[in-house]
Amino acid sequence: MKKAGYIFLLCTTLIATVQAQKVFQTKAGKIKFFSTAPLENIAAVNNQVDSKIATNGQMVFMVAIRGFRFENATMQEHFNENYMESDKYPKASYMGNIINLSDINFLKDGIYNATTIGDLEIHGVKRKVTTAGIIEIKSGKLYIKSIFKIKLADYNIKGAWIGEKIAKEIEITIDCKYD
Amino acid sequence: MNKTLITFCCLLVTCLLKAQKIDLFEEAKKESAKADSNKTELTTATFKSTRLINGHSVETTKKGLLDFRISHRFGRLNQGLYELFGLDNATMRMGMDYGITDKLTIGIGRSTFQKQLDGFMKYKLLAQAKGKNNFPVTVTWVSGIMIKTIRETDPAQKRTTAEKTSYVHQVMIARKLNEKTSLQIMPTLVHYNLVPLENDPNDLFSLGFGGRYKISKRVSINAEYYWQLNKFKGYYNSFAIGVDIETGGHVFQLHFTNSTGMTERSFIHETTGYWTKGDIHFGFNISRVFKIKKQAIND
Repeated sequence: MKKAGYIFLLCTTLIATVQAQKVFQTKAGKIKFFSTAPLENIAAVNNQVDSKIATNGQMVFMVAIRGFRFENATMQEHFNENYMESDKYPKASYMGNIINLSDINFLKDGIYNATTIGDLEIHGVKRKVTTAGIIEIKSGKLYIKSIFKIKLADYNIKGAWIGEKIAKEIEITIDCKYD
Repeated sequence: MNKTLITFCCLLVTCLLKAQKIDLFEEAKKESAKADSNKTELTTATFKSTRLINGHSVETTKKGLLDFRISHRFGRLNQGLYELFGLDNATMRMGMDYGITDKLTIGIGRSTFQKQLDGFMKYKLLAQAKGKNNFPVTVTWVSGIMIKTIRETDPAQKRTTAEKTSYVHQVMIARKLNEKTSLQIMPTLVHYNLVPLENDPNDLFSLGFGGRYKISKRVSINAEYYWQLNKFKGYYNSFAIGVDIETGGHVFQLHFTNSTGMTERSFIHETTGYWTKGDIHFGFNISRVFKIKKQAIND
């Protein structure tokens, strides 16, 4: 009996370890950005965001800058050529950790508030950022949503129209569904 | 003894599993490097505009965009102060280009020079790419028609529309060498239905060379030269040099050229100006792009 209890304990440790390694992933995450400026509103969407979230709290996003689509093809070209310099900096990335991991039960359906701290790299500039969002667990799938703002000047993004047609601060919406 | 062994084994397995514990950051870095080597990136914006200066560049008008273009060529600089160095006289071409797809463009235009009407179709056949499917150049085909509609001064010499029509076919091959420098060559055929003299050829061949060098994100220096392989007597090769200035939806092209006309037959084969004699025209093209159809963004 004592022996059985012992094995049971070991097995639960094993299971717990295995569970701690679950990784949710997507290659079709959605990131939108929105700019409100006196002369113009601009929106763009990228539907091919590569992202992973592990139950150990790690979170990774890889975003191809040329994957952002604008309604206006000329704007899209200027975005890549003049502002983001997509030939030089083809990707943006985020690598962060969920800091309130204990509040989230990845095994139980529900909506959880999450706060992450990590490195956001855009236009070749890496900065430590804190973001807040929600994680939803629904029958084994994971959804995240987060809205935050970034300052273009922080990422050394320059251009003639920033301030007039392009906002100095851009609103970014993350909307991803993981398997 | 048995129990100790089981404990040991279980702990070992646990440890092994722990050792294999996923580090997403490391994994992502590796995967990203792997993905990069598997990716093909198409080269964009080889030139700022669909025209190098007088002639076409490999660029096409993007789908759903209407490019309204107004071009002027003033008189010759050597006309002196009385004609304000040519600024008193101008020829003009007004035209519209429309992007049916990202690769296919159609356009029409009307020039004051010989009251020419022109139309063209342009198709991007191949695109320069780097990465897995490397391809060194962008290749664009353009075919156009030009009709002189100016009345003959001598009614006895009345010509039919067919006689006043000519055609152009060009293959443009360009390579964006780096962020700043792009080069283009354009083998060209211009066909005249009617030529000035009996012994003149109806098919005129030429080889164009052009390029740009970006001096800032929004400004580039462009040059264009057409070398006539066979030609009508008394005409010179066309050379033009200028700057492209891009501001939002506009591209301004300012340049100096020895050509007056702005259609292929006129500037390639009917250039009467000679650079070293000062037969140089100041000119500009203004391109304003209007969004007719929104690009789907799959929101």
